[in-house]
Amino acid sequence: MDWGPLILTFQLAAVTTAILLFISVPLAFWLSNTRSKVKPVIETLVSMPLVLPPTVLGFYFLIAFSPANAFGSFLDQYLGLSLVFSFFGLVIASVIYSLPFMVHPIQTGMAGLPKSLTEASYVMGKSKLETLLRVQLPNIKSSILTGVILAFAHTVGEFGVVLMIGGSIPGETKVASIAIYEEVEALNYAAANFYSMVLFIITFIILLLVYMSNGGYLKRFWK
Amino acid sequence: MMKLKLHKLLHSTGGEMDLSVNFNIREGQFITLFGESGAGKTSVLRMIAGLMEPDEGLISVHDQIWYDSEKKINLNPQKRNIGVVFQDYALFPNMTVRENLQFALQKGQNHKVINELIEIVELGSLESRSPLTLSGGQKQRVAIARAIVQRPKILLLDEPLSALDAKIRIKLQDYLLDLHRSFGLTTILISHDVSEIFKLSDHVIKMKQGSILKQGSPTEVFINQEISGKFKFAGEVLHIEKQEVIYVITVMIQSTIVKVVAQESEVTDLHIGDRVMVASKAFNPIIYRIDA
Repeated sequence: MDWGPLILTFQLAAVTTAILLFISVPLAFWLSNTRSKVKPVIETLVSMPLVLPPTVLGFYFLIAFSPANAFGSFLDQYLGLSLVFSFFGLVIASVIYSLPFMVHPIQTGMAGLPKSLTEASYVMGKSKLETLLRVQLPNIKSSILTGVILAFAHTVGEFGVVLMIGGSIPGETKVASIAIYEEVEALNYAAANFYSMVLFIITFIILLLVYMSNGGYLKRFWK
Repeated sequence: MMKLKLHKLLHSTGGEMDLSVNFNIREGQFITLFGESGAGKTSVLRMIAGLMEPDEGLISVHDQIWYDSEKKINLNPQKRNIGVVFQDYALFPNMTVRENLQFALQKGQNHKVINELIEIVELGSLESRSPLTLSGGQKQRVAIARAIVQRPKILLLDEPLSALDAKIRIKLQDYLLDLHRSFGLTTILISHDVSEIFKLSDHVIKMKQGSILKQGSPTEVFINQEISGKFKFAGEVLHIEKQEVIYVITVMIQSTIVKVVAQESEVTDLHIGDRVMVASKAFNPIIYRIDA
């Protein structure tokens, strides 16, 4: 059995989640604090992947990244990057596609944190960064965990976006969901079942862990 | 000397309110802001701490300008070195009691102050506990101690004791007075409790609807003045003793101990340690020269 698509899937999910964590913490911090007029616009953009069909996103990525267009050819010429039909392109697309799954829990967590905690830290002379790292983030651990796991799981479950801009290049863009689709088309149900079963079980375990840890079950288990 | 001139249009549940106050505070004073809720007391504290920006005004502390709307100076809270005790205590749940205090240490500050404070407010047995497991009174002790770790010149307390029961409240008042004196603080407290104010503060600012209604010593502000009392002294109850049908209350006025006769009805809400006013009307004192 070819494990390649499964490994690629989890590589993609891991890289995407790591990048998302770095982007989402500052973004969520900004969203939960700002009174700026552009906030609703940014919030809308972040949430768009929730409602848009993945094929729409994929289609626009395809157009934007295409070397035939300005942005794509700029990347190609000056940075030597080709984002269409490449792993790197998949990462970029996945980051945007899973953004709301990471930003929303962290933003909710931060908004739910009593303001006085932050203020107490400022009054003690601590900078915004130190307050973020030592007071705010440690107190929304469960929100961050939820974000990480949802983003990871959502990237694992990605299909439409990948299909549009990644195609199915083995070892490069052929992730498990694509592999399943192809095996079914080829009437190779045993292989399709194998990929499906592995995804099913792993996704189940991941989500179960989130709910158990947020419900405090894990802590009881460890102690 | 601390000079405050604050002006801000506040939007509250009861509509807009014009907050406009102007007062001075001497170093080492214990000031209470008193007044009904929504009078703007918390806003005043927040503006002093730098957590809220006035529309216009001036805050200067020992000739250092913290806020000046004309010169566009607004020192951020980090630079003001103020101790603040928040109404909800604001203890960091991810740290133990001791870690909460340690967090407040400034760069290069001696750690000794932590042990000293833990001793003063008797937190020794609780220092490795999480704040989540503490009672209200315990949390408040941690919050007060934590506010003093950074050795602030000014301590701000937003109704720190209102949620606690009477016995704990009295104990915490003692801690507060103790800390106020031993750390040479200028303290600004918000309180609704008149007896607490008499016990703690030497200056009261009574606010209403965003402006100062009255200010002065607690007696000047609260005791309906001029009961034709010619003699009037503030003191502290040291002892209450029942003798037959009357009570004898021993009061310390400045450094003199006096005994005052009282009736049962006067004694009922008096406790040892209470600040009281001893006044007398219509009597004929004896006066004589003291020969050196």
